[in-house]
Amino acid sequence: MYIYDDYDQKLVDERVEQFRDQVKRRISGELSEEDFRVLRLMNGVYLQLHAYMLRIAIPYGTIRTSQMRQFAYIARTYDKGYGHFSTRQNLQFNWPKLVEIPDILADLAKVQMHAIQTSGSCIRNTTTDQYAGAAIDEIEDPRPWCEIIRQWSTMHPEFTYLPRKFKMAVTGSASDRAAVAIHDIGLRMRKDEQGEVGFEVMVGGGLGRTPMIAKTICEFLPKEDLLSYLEAILRVYNQFGRRDNKYKARIKILVHEIGADKFANLVEKEWENIRDGVLQLPQDEIEEIKSHFSPPAFEALSEISPSHEEKLNSNQAFSYWVKNNVNEHKITGYSIVNISLKPIGGIPGDVTHQQMDCVADLADQYSFSEIRSTHEQNLVLPHVNTEDLFALWSVLDRFELATPNSGLITDLISCPGLDYCNLANSRSIPLAQKLSNRFGDLDLQHDIGKLQLKISGCINACTHHHVGHIGILGVDKRGEEFYQITLGGRADENAKVGKILGAAFPSEKIVDAVETVINTYLDLRTDKSETFLDAYARVGADPFKEALYGTR
Amino acid sequence: MTLQVVTANRLDDGRAVFYSKNDEWHNSIDQASNIKAGDSADQLLVKASSEANQIVVVGAYLIDVEEVNGRCTPSKYREMIRTRGPSVRPDLGYQAK
Repeated sequence: MYIYDDYDQKLVDERVEQFRDQVKRRISGELSEEDFRVLRLMNGVYLQLHAYMLRIAIPYGTIRTSQMRQFAYIARTYDKGYGHFSTRQNLQFNWPKLVEIPDILADLAKVQMHAIQTSGSCIRNTTTDQYAGAAIDEIEDPRPWCEIIRQWSTMHPEFTYLPRKFKMAVTGSASDRAAVAIHDIGLRMRKDEQGEVGFEVMVGGGLGRTPMIAKTICEFLPKEDLLSYLEAILRVYNQFGRRDNKYKARIKILVHEIGADKFANLVEKEWENIRDGVLQLPQDEIEEIKSHFSPPAFEALSEISPSHEEKLNSNQAFSYWVKNNVNEHKITGYSIVNISLKPIGGIPGDVTHQQMDCVADLADQYSFSEIRSTHEQNLVLPHVNTEDLFALWSVLDRFELATPNSGLITDLISCPGLDYCNLANSRSIPLAQKLSNRFGDLDLQHDIGKLQLKISGCINACTHHHVGHIGILGVDKRGEEFYQITLGGRADENAKVGKILGAAFPSEKIVDAVETVINTYLDLRTDKSETFLDAYARVGADPFKEALYGTR
Repeated sequence: MTLQVVTANRLDDGRAVFYSKNDEWHNSIDQASNIKAGDSADQLLVKASSEANQIVVVGAYLIDVEEVNGRCTPSKYREMIRTRGPSVRPDLGYQAK
């Protein structure tokens, strides 16, 4: 994993002391709230309903065990003993005191972490596939490219005050687990006809009030041109993106208004001026960054582990967990382990300090000290010897981290909603808990099959509800919480925005409504192999509408 | 007759706080001053937003409240959640005490 050099460390350390001084000046009255607000946001500090919230960047979702232990330490020392993994692979603390945040940031800097650019109209943390370096269908590990983007975009002087926030995602696999098509820029690694690896560049994806799938403006970008091309895109956006209306300021609106072709032409024109300049990536630099992401020292293992097979046959709970939460690894004898942060009836993405320490210990013991966070609010141990799965599972189970629901309906994604968030119109977590309890029976979940359910407490769509197979949006109607259902969205390599089904349901009826949707699917599917999405694609919205609203 | 209370978040720790006429901020809405919506409430907000209070709280504003079972209760659930804490974590926030 990437280790800070002296330059990185100095930059982060200096930023901590700069913020310490800014907090001091705010408390003394030297800085007004108006002046301070933008400074605190640049350091990931929001003011929410009950307290400040600190959002910590986890670059491309990769966490070292020392970092996870530091999160645990911060949770119990400065916060309320827990943290919350967000839908952008980041970690949020919900109760820090402003006066203690400089100390928290100093503690984070000790493990090479920070909260810079986790808010504000700048380039945010680049996200990627949680299975990077382990996925069986991977063309190339995308993390070195995310790191290159991180270094280029951190405190980039031209792009500190963009028209709006700017998010990028990279996938190195054919199966898109990073939802690249709903980002301002989505990068898909691909091979050209000569077998060279480069990037398909997609621009203008995003959800919120105006959900849009990104358009491809470059089919194949050579790797060495990555930064100059990104810089050209950002320059065009910075120049032509709207600053007069917050709701029309994202790049998706610009791409939509002028058209992808014209946008691509503007980028090409800008790119011609800079592509052979300082941003062209020298091969030795690329190799240097790549060396930080070298595969761990995998052993030569056999495909079959008799002890693992024996445990699978003798322990049904373990067997279910393996079936749902363990994925095939690119190296024979290893597995990818998904740690669900969605206990039945629990709060999606929340993790206690004891659980953080537990995951760190397990990663040290079983996964080459590597942990990943996912945009689906779970954790991953990417490189586990299949023979160790039972021992690993036994500990996870003791710490309530072995819920066998990865990819099933109770692996639902929920934003903090109105229980914490200043922007929310309605609560999300209580609905997530009710749905989790309603569908908690594992046999029922297996019967329903793979299904992504995403709940947002406002139209900002932090959980990407527009691209959930079932998406739920909380709205406020005359002071009451209502929930609107969207069906048929998907965030994968065939990304699609779902369709709103009809009028919203009051909170006391929404769980039944979702159950009606599920029962309708179970009734109309051709057989068990037809997934919810496949069935929806075949029959459309009408049967679901009729079941929910009658034939009116 | 709509009653209102001035609320804000405390600067140093961000906690939701509620204002009383004697220029003090309280953790409990029960200790806040209820004022009729209109001029007097607006004047209380001006007082709460004084320069001196700029280093005590952030973002003072008025909320509608009503008396329920003899207790001052915000009319909107957003504000009710602020007076108590997250509805999903009864062990946290003011409700925990």
